[in-house]
Amino acid sequence: MRLKVGIPRSLFYYKFAPFWESFFPALGAEVVISDQTNKRILDDGVKSCVDEACLPIKLFYGHVLNLADKADYILIPRFTSISRNEYICPEFGGLPDMIRHNLKGIPKIIDTEINMRRSDKGGIKAAIEAGAILGADRRTAVTAYRTALEYMQNTCALPIPWQINSKNETRPVNWSCSKVENRPQNDSQKSENRPQNWDCQKSENCPQSCSKSENCPRGKRIRKLRIGVIGHPYNVYDKYISMDLLGKLEKYGAAVRTVEMVDEDAINCQAAKLPKPMFWNYGRLAYGAALHMAEAGEVDGFICISSFGCGVDSFVHDLIERAIRKKYGIPLITMTIDEHSGEAGFNTRLEAFVDMLQWRNQNENYISAFG
Amino acid sequence: MKITFPHLGNTYICVKSILDDLGIDYVIPPFSNKKALELGTRYTPEMVCLPLKINIGNYIQAYEMGADTILMAGGCGPCRFGYYSQLHREILRDAGFDMEIITLEGTNGAADLIAKIRKIIPDNAALVKLPAILCRAVKIAMRADELEMLSFRVRARERVRGTTDKIYRDFREKVLKTRGTKNILRLLNETERMLKEVEQDPDANPLRVGIVGEIYTGIEQFASFMIQERLGRLGVEVDRKVTVSNWIIEHMIKKGLHLPRDMEFAHAAKPWLGTMIGGHAQETIGHTAMYAKSGYDGVIQIFPFSCMPEIVAESLLPTVEKDTGIPVLSLIIDEMTGEAGYMTRVEAFVDMLEKRRESAKYAEKFLLSWN
Repeated sequence: MRLKVGIPRSLFYYKFAPFWESFFPALGAEVVISDQTNKRILDDGVKSCVDEACLPIKLFYGHVLNLADKADYILIPRFTSISRNEYICPEFGGLPDMIRHNLKGIPKIIDTEINMRRSDKGGIKAAIEAGAILGADRRTAVTAYRTALEYMQNTCALPIPWQINSKNETRPVNWSCSKVENRPQNDSQKSENRPQNWDCQKSENCPQSCSKSENCPRGKRIRKLRIGVIGHPYNVYDKYISMDLLGKLEKYGAAVRTVEMVDEDAINCQAAKLPKPMFWNYGRLAYGAALHMAEAGEVDGFICISSFGCGVDSFVHDLIERAIRKKYGIPLITMTIDEHSGEAGFNTRLEAFVDMLQWRNQNENYISAFG
Repeated sequence: MKITFPHLGNTYICVKSILDDLGIDYVIPPFSNKKALELGTRYTPEMVCLPLKINIGNYIQAYEMGADTILMAGGCGPCRFGYYSQLHREILRDAGFDMEIITLEGTNGAADLIAKIRKIIPDNAALVKLPAILCRAVKIAMRADELEMLSFRVRARERVRGTTDKIYRDFREKVLKTRGTKNILRLLNETERMLKEVEQDPDANPLRVGIVGEIYTGIEQFASFMIQERLGRLGVEVDRKVTVSNWIIEHMIKKGLHLPRDMEFAHAAKPWLGTMIGGHAQETIGHTAMYAKSGYDGVIQIFPFSCMPEIVAESLLPTVEKDTGIPVLSLIIDEMTGEAGYMTRVEAFVDMLEKRRESAKYAEKFLLSWN
């Protein structure tokens, strides 16, 4: 019988899913992924976790409980660092211990430490350790690591938000897609790869982007709204806890740009402008991506999704807000989510924000660079 | 240039003495107070942690007294403290306080650190004296912490309530008027002698409670509603292992010189939290276990709301409590915490500890009144 490795559909699943889904089968294990987030999972998580933890951590508890009788092992790596000189969050580092001491009756935990702060070799070390837990020898683990890494790098990494809607899946990346020949390297190539209704003129079916004057209420051409969504991938792409933000924006006729859609080089270029480099992986990505979007004039407004009590968000989103306000004057709204979030209030704020952006767009005084 | 620095317990004594000896102009902000917290809360983002808010309050009050340069320590994560200085700078600039921040940290290399020190001490003659002054300053830090610990012991045993408080408060005021390392050392000696002469109850057998948790709320008495003094007044002997001098010796001197560090707490924390995850989470767990081992009656964990490492510790403490049998009370503090409710909990905890000690003493012949 093949061993079953359970992967909670939470936290870094939204970053490393292709890797894990390729790595564990290569070790001869079967991968079981927890259900899509639902009320039950959230409630279970909230009940078993300390009150002070942030929503994603509570949700993670729920996903682990969801896997309790479905798998032989549960993957809860100790994420110390996934990039040079950068950390993630202390709560990620303590997660295996928290789960082990707070939840009873769960399967064995794969709690290898992933620490790539000093060197990239931390990854391969973690892979060997994880392999050893599953009874795979060193060589198999290393090979599996290499293939999985290659697979992750070659898997189409551009999130395509409207696929989320059509497939009813929360995956940010169309991970099921076959390997893309080569990843777009520079911006010009990327724009070709961009979903075609990113640019308003081309889209036919969207009511808001009326290149044809008869659709337009004022007989003017209105650009399709473009909104930058800044937030942890596990908040933004989880349809349940983000209250389907991406889907709603789509419904309002806005095109969405997320942190993951911005080229890493562009991110680093902007993040390098900080007087002190950020020591959180998410901090660098979010700050760089937001500033790149603003600098390149890619978006009309920003929505920051932060989870209540998230320490990293409290700093990063504040720095982003200050930078954007000061230099670019692009509207920005921070939406805080927690386990109590009422959807009606969320919708009201979101609609008001989108309306405001529309008005700005149509405003007579606004001289659009697009004519 | 008029230097100021944020308050952290008795750190001001140490920093003041250095600046005195170097002949640098400085302003010590008023001891942290409600007004400082109010100012801090007004200008800082909602979700950041309490120490940052009080720091901002300290700076603004010092600014009103004429300070224009802030001296600050730094770090490299994952605790938010490492990025404090950057956010401080942004907040003060946006709020219209024209202050420069000098962060003394080694993350940008030794050359950067030396350049910063040169900026503060342009005078060569003063620079030559620096090593000797620093040696004395470290001694002052150690002596000041010893004095505080002594006050904890004496306060729980004093015959006339309030004697220790008076001596200790006088000392904190007198230090402000004393200049130079040598004079301050003399004052420390004198105060220590006075404290030792306080009439004590030889038969007193006070409850012993260990304070663990986040360093700022532990050391800065204002942030924790003077809990350590108040416990003393309830006749409880308090101990705290996380001190400024300990931090200087372990994190600055030993780490800088790559000397073996005192890892007793890490060893003690091993069964519950095997690795360093940032902040003082491992210390919290380790010290709790050590207090349990040395027969303390209880442990109080204090941390500011949304402190990430302490949340991990908090969720592990119930297991530590169960495994070692030491009662633990977790207190979470933010600017909204009501003092009365907080003290009720502390008093109830102390009552519980008393009852516990009593029932342990009479465990054999414990009788209820109606038996």
